[in-house]
Amino acid sequence: MEKNLKAKYCKFYEEMLLIRRFEERAGQLYGLGKIGGFCHLYIGQEAVAVGLFASAHKGDKHITSYRAHGHMLVAGSDPVSVMGELMGRSVGCSKGKGGSMHVFDIEKGFYGGHGIVGAQVSLGTGLAFADHYRENKNATYVYYGDGAAHQGQVYESFNLAKLWNLPVIYIIENNEYAMGTSVSRSTAVTDLSKRGESFGIPGMRVNGMDVLEVEKAGLKAREHVAQGKGPILLEFLTYRYRGHSMSDPAKYRSKDEVEKYRDDDPIIKFRVFLLEHKYMSEEELKIIEDKIKNDVIKCVESCENSPEPEESELMTDIY
Amino acid sequence: MVQITLREALRDAMAEEMRRDPNVFLMGEEVAQYQGAYKVSQGMLDEFGPKRVIDTTITEHGFTGIAVGAAMAGLRPIVEFMTFNFSMQAIDHIINSAAKTKYMSGGAISCPIVFRGPNGAAARVGAQHSQCFASWYSHIPGLKVICPYSATDAKALLKAAIRDDAPVVFLEHELLYGNSFELEEKEVPIGKADIVIEGTDVTIVAFSLQVGNAMKAAEELQKSGISAEVIDLRTLKPLDTETIINSVMKTNRLVTVEEGWFFAGIGATISAIVMKEAFDYLDAPVENVHAQDTPLPYAANLERLALPQVDNIIDACKKVCYR
Repeated sequence: MEKNLKAKYCKFYEEMLLIRRFEERAGQLYGLGKIGGFCHLYIGQEAVAVGLFASAHKGDKHITSYRAHGHMLVAGSDPVSVMGELMGRSVGCSKGKGGSMHVFDIEKGFYGGHGIVGAQVSLGTGLAFADHYRENKNATYVYYGDGAAHQGQVYESFNLAKLWNLPVIYIIENNEYAMGTSVSRSTAVTDLSKRGESFGIPGMRVNGMDVLEVEKAGLKAREHVAQGKGPILLEFLTYRYRGHSMSDPAKYRSKDEVEKYRDDDPIIKFRVFLLEHKYMSEEELKIIEDKIKNDVIKCVESCENSPEPEESELMTDIY
Repeated sequence: MVQITLREALRDAMAEEMRRDPNVFLMGEEVAQYQGAYKVSQGMLDEFGPKRVIDTTITEHGFTGIAVGAAMAGLRPIVEFMTFNFSMQAIDHIINSAAKTKYMSGGAISCPIVFRGPNGAAARVGAQHSQCFASWYSHIPGLKVICPYSATDAKALLKAAIRDDAPVVFLEHELLYGNSFELEEKEVPIGKADIVIEGTDVTIVAFSLQVGNAMKAAEELQKSGISAEVIDLRTLKPLDTETIINSVMKTNRLVTVEEGWFFAGIGATISAIVMKEAFDYLDAPVENVHAQDTPLPYAANLERLALPQVDNIIDACKKVCYR
């Protein structure tokens, strides 16, 4: 049991660190002009995707917004297919035609990667509808932010999801800012976990900076769905250390505030936890850290070596 | 030949496809227990049950997103909009989610879905309930747009739309639902126009309700010695330019007819295509018959003035024939 736990925790650490290093590198590549357009980093929020994917069953589906790189990495996709897409190369999962906001890996159950705030909530409810229609046991994990939480279509979807008792887990990644607008400037009811109540959807508010708490909440929610009780809502309190996108200097918040959350870094905290409880030694952690560093370097090399998409790709995949 | 109303033809197309493929289902407002706001889905709840004929709330944005998501997961939804006016609530999902995702995913995700319902002006329902969306949806890469007139075409093309892997916008006309047509059971491919009346002096291209007006105009023109060729476009995207160009090369004159507004419209686009591809064959500038550039008025006399009438088509044909 202890051995299984160690393996699981090792995986959590690896996955979170991979996202962190991958996103840091993406930020650098953006600065070098090798990634264009919009690029929304997941730095700070890693524990949410990692903990929740750990609660999912094989065959479950996942869908999120444009802040999508982390989820796709945890889904088990080749980092080259993600970074290649960010860099607009043919090796990207969408052959370079989607970009940072539009990454997909259907085989791993990852349905994107959607650029319109809140759209993925209706789409994800539709994915759950499909499983309900097919009468299988799958669930769909629908991720969205505190900004999307105010979109009308979210509530249209809640209403039908509960009416039809669809197997869907709604996940609010509350990172406190919808672009530059804080939650308290967006709504009078800042406890977003209550947003499903009037539709009959129960909610939980969870610390999103602690991967183990995230996993625990995920398992509870997954069990709720497995028991045929329909949709459930999880709000994770988390924080993004970077701006909304690479073009956002994040001047709407103080340095002190960011520093305060730095002390709560989900990866650093988990590292301390692993050492304190002797799940892993400093040497073992170092091996993982070096491996991930090298993996990301190799990943970027592969992408740099990949050509841009063939010009003939311009007119394909349109029907 | 069997006589059938347009609404029955549409219902039969959906029912036949639902019998053939368990992944096909119908959802929309009042499609099940009420039997359809315009009774197009009459009897379908009884045959297929509430699992496959699904009443939704009056929330187009949300239920369209759900249907598009279901299509991304491999089901083949038919979404009925009570009228296409309400599709504006859902247009983000039709364009940004349904039309673009295949391209954005490099071909990984298809969205086999049909959006259907009555389009254009009914009668005396005012500006918000009377609008032609043909040019709106035809503008979008990744969507197919079908706009049939006859029951034969409506049935065959709706079946083709349901089988197609692309998102298809299927524009019907409320004023045609009760019309009886002779039904021919045949396949009609998406993207092929039909020459419904052959002629030699002028080509009239039209779609949906206006095909009927164009045929009436052709009959009248015959009395003045003008032989009009009437083309029912049937599909607007992809447009069958070949049939239009071949006809113009024969008649050397073109009149376009649509219920929508002129600016950035179907007629404007066809005029541009014909200018580029058959410039030397034109003996007169193309004439466009279309709605007046105004929200649709309620008063009967003004409504008539605002929409294309048979007389407008006749006048346009005479003009291009210099008569």
